[in-house]
Amino acid sequence: MKVVAAYNIKGGVGKTATAVNIAYLAAADGYRVLLWDLDPQAAASFLFRVKPRVKGGGKALIAGKRPVDLAIKATDFDNLDLLPADFTYRNLDLHLDGERKPATRLRSLLSPLRREYDLVMLDCPPSISLLSENVLHATDLLLVPLIPTTLSVRTLDQLTDFVAGLDGHRPKILAFFSMIDRRKRLHLQIAGELPARRTDVAVTAIPALSMIERMSVQRAPVTASSPRSQAARYYRELWQEVRERAGLSRARPGS
Amino acid sequence: MLNAVREFVLVQADEARTPAGSFPQLADPRFSLASGGPSRRLRRTWLDTFDWRLFRAGLSLEFSAGRGTSELVLTGRDGELVAVEPVTEPIRRPCLIDELPAGPLSEHLASVVGVRALLPVARATSVLTQRRALNADEKTIAVLTVDQMTLTQPRRVPTPPRVAISPLRGYQAQAARLADLLALAPGVAPAVHSAFESALRAAGRNPGDYTSKIDVQLTGDMPAALAVATVLTRLLDTMQANVPGTIRDIDTEFLHDLRIAVRRTRSVLKMAGSVLPGSMAARYRPEFKWLGDLTTPTRDLDVYLLGYAQMVAGLVAGTEPELRPFHEYLEAQRAASQRQLARGLRSARFTHLSSRWRHELEQVAAPPGRRPATGKFAASRIARAHQRVLRNGSVINAASPPEALHELRKLCKELRYLLEVFASLHDAAAQWRAVNELKALQDCLGEFQDTEVQQAELRVFARQLMADRSVPAETILAMGEIAATLALRQRAARGEFAGRFAGFASPRGVARIGALSGAAS
Repeated sequence: MKVVAAYNIKGGVGKTATAVNIAYLAAADGYRVLLWDLDPQAAASFLFRVKPRVKGGGKALIAGKRPVDLAIKATDFDNLDLLPADFTYRNLDLHLDGERKPATRLRSLLSPLRREYDLVMLDCPPSISLLSENVLHATDLLLVPLIPTTLSVRTLDQLTDFVAGLDGHRPKILAFFSMIDRRKRLHLQIAGELPARRTDVAVTAIPALSMIERMSVQRAPVTASSPRSQAARYYRELWQEVRERAGLSRARPGS
Repeated sequence: MLNAVREFVLVQADEARTPAGSFPQLADPRFSLASGGPSRRLRRTWLDTFDWRLFRAGLSLEFSAGRGTSELVLTGRDGELVAVEPVTEPIRRPCLIDELPAGPLSEHLASVVGVRALLPVARATSVLTQRRALNADEKTIAVLTVDQMTLTQPRRVPTPPRVAISPLRGYQAQAARLADLLALAPGVAPAVHSAFESALRAAGRNPGDYTSKIDVQLTGDMPAALAVATVLTRLLDTMQANVPGTIRDIDTEFLHDLRIAVRRTRSVLKMAGSVLPGSMAARYRPEFKWLGDLTTPTRDLDVYLLGYAQMVAGLVAGTEPELRPFHEYLEAQRAASQRQLARGLRSARFTHLSSRWRHELEQVAAPPGRRPATGKFAASRIARAHQRVLRNGSVINAASPPEALHELRKLCKELRYLLEVFASLHDAAAQWRAVNELKALQDCLGEFQDTEVQQAELRVFARQLMADRSVPAETILAMGEIAATLALRQRAARGEFAGRFAGFASPRGVARIGALSGAAS
């Protein structure tokens, strides 16, 4: 089982759109996928029409009082399950802090799902906190959407330094440019140059497309509702890079 | 919470077939139905062993082929999926477990079916139409599948349409409410049988209709002549049921069951044949001896071949490739003896034997006065056989020749068959305890004699192979190792005998069988 997290300190950079589309494409390729919506805003849960509610809330889940697998819901798509968000996730830091090994609690919670899933996709809230530290310890690959600005690139450097300084397990990082405004010269320049200079930046870049924004109307991943769209094509290219970087090179039989 | 599938049958008063894809109406605004894609057509074949080992273990094995996919699906008693394996070739003929693709499915099956072949027991075609059940958020909570199934073999007959509600993970409670709602809809009834059982029942077959056990119900006061004729008829049924499978050589158990039925028949004729009219027992005993002898060579070779892996595992100096020519020799010998066996079972002698035997058994009537009664008769025969085992066993000591143990083994078999034949007269628990005690003694005697016979046969095989100059010296050396292992096993069995017999002849052991002969009277 591989764990991939869509993560950025900043909000509004396309984390949820990335998480739901990559999770859907992996499931469509035959991998058994769990998407965990860790963001109390519950955008991923909303997109899959799943009520953002977990019995006992985040506290019971983190404390292990309710097994994670009892909170899992099937989506309408084969091989793709969802662990929904809950408004109490806003206090996850607090609950994690009460645990014996607070920085690795998320990894322990995912451990029993090892046989059931090939890929766990985490849709993370924007922050740098104890939860973020948990995500770094639990994941094999951090998938970091970046808006192509100088400040965003600086944020990636900060994140890379932070991961390099971690003790023990260190996830790989794969950043990619997201929400590129093709009318802005700076966006095009940064998105064009950086992948050639840095191995931790994906070749694929996702432009700002109305189809992606319309996902909240369709309430489905754009890769499922409009598989022939330009947006779906970009996500499929990104998925190929994610799959290789995460070490998920072989599609499951029956896919 | 389990993802339990709830199944219903669409009952139609006018017996008209439901058009494909027609779903019961849901009169509840909380739920709606959405398309689940186009209908699929499936060709289905259910497989089981001749003695229904899967059915008895609560399992159902189905080969299903649709457009672009074909797979073997193993499900449990409540329809839960146990294992699934994609397969490329349809299974049209009986197949042994090692002919199936290796994987979790064949591993699971192996422990249940053993050496038995899997046979197609029913075939059908299904048209499956699916709908997604949505809740108020338009989220799918369950998949409804209507199955329009027509049985195609053993005969063509349509079955009532079935509806299955499969909850999606995390939506079991909502799906259960939907199922409760559906159960109240007119023309819908809960499915009592699985699709497999429904198919069999539609074909007029009763799953579990074969057993090699003597499943007859006798009563203590019925005339013994009728009881013995009933048992012998049941044994003839078993023989005849196994003849086609033995001739076709489907698996080794057909011959084994046939042989046991013959041996039981011979024992009943010897021990209880006196209650049959006239010279009936005396006339048929030589015929069943002929039939028994006909089956011996093939079964002996089966025992060798079935134990081959164990033989190889026991080699210390030799290797499997060195022993392989011996295996090939055994297979060739078996093929020849199987041809002879099949000829014998197709012969006029066998046909006449079975038809005349059945006819005469049907003619057996209650004698005047309806005496002796089965209870008393069984008790006296069991007591007599028991006494003979105790008497013969008690004089065996370390200096006794092997023949003494062989003779005791025969007597034990006779006692065992009597216990089995009259089992329906006994308390099941008491019967189980008595047979278990006897079985432990029989296992020891069986090991002693089988290893002796196998050593003697091995010498014959080795001489033949050397005379043919067809195998290398290494093969003969490896066979020597097997002979040594057999000799050690025989010695161990001989060492165990005294203890086993002491247990059987102990006051408690004697009382166990005594309780049956007392209870039956």
